[in-house]
Amino acid sequence: MSTWQRLRSNRLALSGGIVVALLAFVALFAPWLAPYDPGEFNAAEVLQGLSRQHPLGTDGIGRDVLSRMIYGSRISLLVGFVSVGIASFIGVTLGALAGYFRGIVDTVIMRFVDVMLTFPTFFLILAVIAYLDATIWNIMVVIGVTSWMGVCRLVRAELLSLREREFMIAAEGLGMSPLRVILRHGLPNAMAPVFVAFILGVAGAILTESALSFLGIGVQPPTPSWGNILTEGKDTLEVAWWLSVCPGLAILITVLGYNLLGEGLRDVLDPRLKSR
Amino acid sequence: MNGLLSVENLQTEFHTEEGRAVAVDGVSFTIAEGSSTALVGESGCGKSVTAMSIMRLIQSPPGYIRGGRVMFDGRDLLSLGEAEMRAVRGNDIAMIFQEPMTSLNPVLTIGYQIAEALRVHRSLGKREAWEAAVRMLELVEIPDPAERVATYPHQLSGGMRQRVMIAMALSCDPRLLIADEPTTALDVTIQAQILELMEALREKTGMALLLITHDLGVVAEHCEQVLVMYAGRVVEQGAVADVFAAPAHPYTRGLLRSLPRLGGSGKRLATIPGMVPPLDRLPSGCRFRDRCESAEAACAASDPQLQECGSGRTMACPLWCELGSLAATESRP
Repeated sequence: MSTWQRLRSNRLALSGGIVVALLAFVALFAPWLAPYDPGEFNAAEVLQGLSRQHPLGTDGIGRDVLSRMIYGSRISLLVGFVSVGIASFIGVTLGALAGYFRGIVDTVIMRFVDVMLTFPTFFLILAVIAYLDATIWNIMVVIGVTSWMGVCRLVRAELLSLREREFMIAAEGLGMSPLRVILRHGLPNAMAPVFVAFILGVAGAILTESALSFLGIGVQPPTPSWGNILTEGKDTLEVAWWLSVCPGLAILITVLGYNLLGEGLRDVLDPRLKSR
Repeated sequence: MNGLLSVENLQTEFHTEEGRAVAVDGVSFTIAEGSSTALVGESGCGKSVTAMSIMRLIQSPPGYIRGGRVMFDGRDLLSLGEAEMRAVRGNDIAMIFQEPMTSLNPVLTIGYQIAEALRVHRSLGKREAWEAAVRMLELVEIPDPAERVATYPHQLSGGMRQRVMIAMALSCDPRLLIADEPTTALDVTIQAQILELMEALREKTGMALLLITHDLGVVAEHCEQVLVMYAGRVVEQGAVADVFAAPAHPYTRGLLRSLPRLGGSGKRLATIPGMVPPLDRLPSGCRFRDRCESAEAACAASDPQLQECGSGRTMACPLWCELGSLAATESRP
């Protein structure tokens, strides 16, 4: 069976994949899908319940919640992919160097990883954001540079075992430079677990961004993000439940979707489970 | 004789938790331009380490080349910088490994892998290199080279993969090909095909061949010179015809005696008792002493060195040197 067929026969992974694909669609086509401008407020329609005009109601200053949710998905996706992209780049680079060169390079990089892991990541992010402006770009960079350690260890382990494989030695024996051996022969063979870690990492990054925004130090209003819609919602929970429930559910479903897809991919790509 | 490759007193050791293990201990030999040399011996006697030392592919740590010289075309490979050595690997000296199943990168097409060496060493463009890869596949007698060039290793059989390995190794016209048990993992009919192919290509290109094997039949058929290694040392060296006709060193004789013979008597095959001793527990004096049928008390006292015995032959056993050279002259008409 091909990887694709195995993925399709895994029901949880498939449902995760559908959620992820739907979200990507929504985020990509937000301007066409959103019924209103997410920043447009209407003092006459404050905290309105679910209705035909406003399927998910309105918020404290009369903005359409559905439109804000749709635009918020862009933020989640952007933060998820860019910050995990940064983390993967750092992790793959350092992990490959450590695993391929071993020795002192390995020791230095892995001890650095150990040091990074001793920081409670979330509080490190809080501390950094306290000094920097809480722009979305800063948040993505900060999440990225504090979450690359897992990927780094993963890639290092892969390369440690790959470098003993004969085709790696054969490539060296043909006069390939270390850079070429790592990039052309090593990393492509180490990508499966990195890919899984990437998908799972996106879920984590979306959660972190939501948490930061919820605490008011993430994406700053009026830019809509699920985290700060949730913050606004918590103050009016008794009168406007939809304002908290919608972003909460959105975060839940998104993270669940990415996790299911990631777990499913792990099962599908793991050669030891292939025979099932 | 000043050959293409001349290894002088090569010493390679590995640092393990139990201590130092000298895997190659003062190996010297010469390979003439265009010649074929076999390196034989039991598993663990240092054949592969010798080859990897010549290529400077010893993993370090734990392995270190501690001494000697590897003169190739007037340059000592051991004194080259890393970048200079990379220009030698694949270009002047190429190597084929034992396992065709694992020696090819599973995620790249065979065409890419053959073309890669050409792009690195000859700085050919993508397209030229790809066309050269097709020609190389044709050279190693793979059918439909223009189509096969875009396939992945898992789509090929073991014999085909070893052909691809040969195509990769020969793509830059090396002057020396080191083949480390190239046919051990293949079945017998394919083995013969691959060896014949290598022989034909050697004649065509004029490259020299260093064939590492433990198959003495292969040595007899395909090689001119033979080097017999035991426990990190060369114990006998000479022309294949001479050595096979009149093996001098007791170890060589043991090896040859343990070959099955066609039309043999049906008796059990002769064996050499015991195993290659662990490198950190070598016996004093002659390393083969414990397993040697003609060992004497004197063998424990001194470590025999290679000495001339007979025409162009060297051997490391003082007891048998004279007898060996005697037998060699007798066997000739």
